[in-house]
Amino acid sequence: MLLKDYETGDFFDEMFTADGNVRPHYRRVAEEFGDITREEYRNKQAAVELSFMRGGVTFTVYNDSQGTERIFPFDCVPRVIPVEEWEVLEKGLIQRITALNLFLHDIYHEQKILKDKVIPAHYVLSAKHFRREFMNFSVPKNIYAHICGTDLIRDKGGSYLVLEDNLRCPSGASYMLENRSALKRAFPDIFSAGVRPVEGYPQALLKGMQHVAPANFAGDDHPNVVLLTPGVYNSAYFEHAFLARQMGIPIVEGRDLVVRDFKVYMRTTAGLVRVDVIYRRIDDDFIDPSVFRPDSILGVPGLVNAARAGNVCLANSIGTGVADDKVMYYFVPKIIKYYLGEDPILNNVDTFLASEASDKSYILDNLAKLVVKSANEAGGYGMLMGPWAAQEEIEEFRKNIIANPRNFIAQPPISLSRHPTWCEEGFEGRHIDLRPYILYGEKITVTPGGLTRVALRKGSLVVNSSQGGGSKDTWVLHNKA
Amino acid sequence: MFTASTTTKSNQRRDQIAQRDQETVMLSRVAGSLYWMSRNLERSENIARLLDVNFQLLLDFGSVSDETLKDHWVPVLRAAGEENLFFQLYATADSRSVMEFMTFRSENPNSVISCINSARENARHVRDQISQAMWQVLNDAYLFLKDADQESIWEGDTSAFYDQIKKYSYSFQGLTESTFSRNEGYEFIQFGKFIERADKTARIVDIKYHILLPKVTDVGGALDAAQWHAVLRSVTALEAYRRYHVAEIVPWKVVEFLMFSESFPRSIRYCVEEVHELVQRISGAQPGHYLNEGQRRFGKFLQDLRFATKEEVLRQGLHQFLQHVLSELAAIADNVFDTFMYHPPIDMVAEIRLHQQERQQQQIGA
Repeated sequence: MLLKDYETGDFFDEMFTADGNVRPHYRRVAEEFGDITREEYRNKQAAVELSFMRGGVTFTVYNDSQGTERIFPFDCVPRVIPVEEWEVLEKGLIQRITALNLFLHDIYHEQKILKDKVIPAHYVLSAKHFRREFMNFSVPKNIYAHICGTDLIRDKGGSYLVLEDNLRCPSGASYMLENRSALKRAFPDIFSAGVRPVEGYPQALLKGMQHVAPANFAGDDHPNVVLLTPGVYNSAYFEHAFLARQMGIPIVEGRDLVVRDFKVYMRTTAGLVRVDVIYRRIDDDFIDPSVFRPDSILGVPGLVNAARAGNVCLANSIGTGVADDKVMYYFVPKIIKYYLGEDPILNNVDTFLASEASDKSYILDNLAKLVVKSANEAGGYGMLMGPWAAQEEIEEFRKNIIANPRNFIAQPPISLSRHPTWCEEGFEGRHIDLRPYILYGEKITVTPGGLTRVALRKGSLVVNSSQGGGSKDTWVLHNKA
Repeated sequence: MFTASTTTKSNQRRDQIAQRDQETVMLSRVAGSLYWMSRNLERSENIARLLDVNFQLLLDFGSVSDETLKDHWVPVLRAAGEENLFFQLYATADSRSVMEFMTFRSENPNSVISCINSARENARHVRDQISQAMWQVLNDAYLFLKDADQESIWEGDTSAFYDQIKKYSYSFQGLTESTFSRNEGYEFIQFGKFIERADKTARIVDIKYHILLPKVTDVGGALDAAQWHAVLRSVTALEAYRRYHVAEIVPWKVVEFLMFSESFPRSIRYCVEEVHELVQRISGAQPGHYLNEGQRRFGKFLQDLRFATKEEVLRQGLHQFLQHVLSELAAIADNVFDTFMYHPPIDMVAEIRLHQQERQQQQIGA
């Protein structure tokens, strides 16, 4: 009965139509959660949280001397994507990553797209994550972004829009997998709806890594693949360990690796052993102190030399961050058109560039109505939510935009779709987004579903875990509802 | 400075590993974490048992003076090697203060809570290596102690509390047996466990050496019997001892049993046999051959232990003998750690310079 008084409000609701009917693909889920009592729900929720805590499915809270570990809040009501919608998303994501990969190859080689003036050259050359050190270097199999997590949202009309591309070290895939296994334990019956599995992700990831190994790899039967983590104090360490375990590969820290004669070795009980592929979860800036930040103690000196010599493959490649720069995001529709001759299947959110004179004056005149984002921040940081911001905050951004326009973009606020979500006494609508995981190996695959993040605070549009966000299991159904 | 070429030693070792199990390439850091994980958990179990048994033993004494209490608890602190730290933190050694210090104080690196935290922290570093179930036991232990309400433990069933701590260790050992592949990692886990166990058995016997009677054939009073009864229980040896010696608790027989039993898995002899076997396997050395001088010496120590008699031990002095056991155990632990689990830290400055030079040379060459 708990869904009886549910209000969709003036938003696109994932489960209910505007006139209050359950959308067909949610029928099984609505039955289950419509019948549940508060007590039953709370018991199940508590059991799930306990199992996450016991299993150490946690992230480390920074700036906390206790090293507090928290669970990523999980909401039991799954988000369901009908198969016909998913097919479009899948095509759109594959199109997008294909084009971005061609773009990366181009700007690190001939730079045709700049010469043809599709993108003003200074935007690329001034991008924080553009790595000159990798000019004219060909990455194995021409794949730059092996793993990509693209953030999608739905607007008031229910249309999917791309909010940002994450081509550096996207995280969260472990939560996609853990959420699924938790929900299966808590509510086994609802899976009669026919849900496409996500469990193939680690295997597909490993295959993708093996695909880009040097032809003369050093491992005996298959390439030696390792996962490089910043270490146990990194907030995403759980995920690193989880994925390494699922793939059956060693998890290494910078101090476990050493480069000699342009080859990478790990320091084992049996001496030095060659490494062929590194799934790295350390950002470019910290990965090799002999090239990038010299004060990094997490990285491996000489890694860039080894990669350039073709003796080791890094996934993702160094320098992919230029493609998820928020200014470059503005050009992605043009990038798709330029390299593929196609119209984008998935649209961007309307975006204004502060570095373009006309856009800049529009942005400055309308700061109170816009969302302003720093070009290279992630995790919901460096953002101004104009309509909800205090005047001082707006003025602070105004100053920063005038001082450094290249670093800012602005977008109209999107009224994200909502989803029934448990809130103390019952179900209320909360805003959500979607991060599907795209793997670029022998071919490009998208794991059906992904991570649905939910802003648990009433009215909040910020879904990031660092800022009060939780997550949901995300279903793609086998069949049409 | 490292070189890319592997030594003959490690080639030999790798061949041996390849024969045994294809999967194993083990980072030295991982081997170290497995070792410390296992060793710390074993330690937490032994300390929990030692505290529980000594707490119960006091009940046999009836009412006791402060001085008796001190005489009772100080050797326990000494066995843990934390006597000095204790008296920096507490004025008197009574049941409550010692048990708090040895259970909950994080300043004490040998408290139960410190050992469990360290075991879990090491496990966190090797989450990808151990089974989910093994991790969960350590995490449960950590959460249990983190949330433990000290007051209610003292007022309630103290033994049940220590039982719970021991159970985490038992579960972990069981899960290691049933869910951890018999690869190199397993050997490091076992190595940590048996080193720690041998060490603790030696220390527990050493606590009581002063109440041993001058002659092997002398028989002590009822209180002595209670003490040796407690020693046996401190290493869960009571039942095994009884089966062997049928009920009668004779001080020297207890000592002999705990030192020399070939079959009881917490006796010094048994643990040293295991440690020796594990060192051979970890080193990939053939029987009768040793990788280095330290390991040869340990082999010799095992031989001495195999042929030692209680009369010899008495001549040498039990305390001296046990100190010798402890120092041999420490030496082999250091030896294996340095040989397989430790790599000197990377000299970042030198490394950065080296790779920058290499890059420049390459650019000039091109």
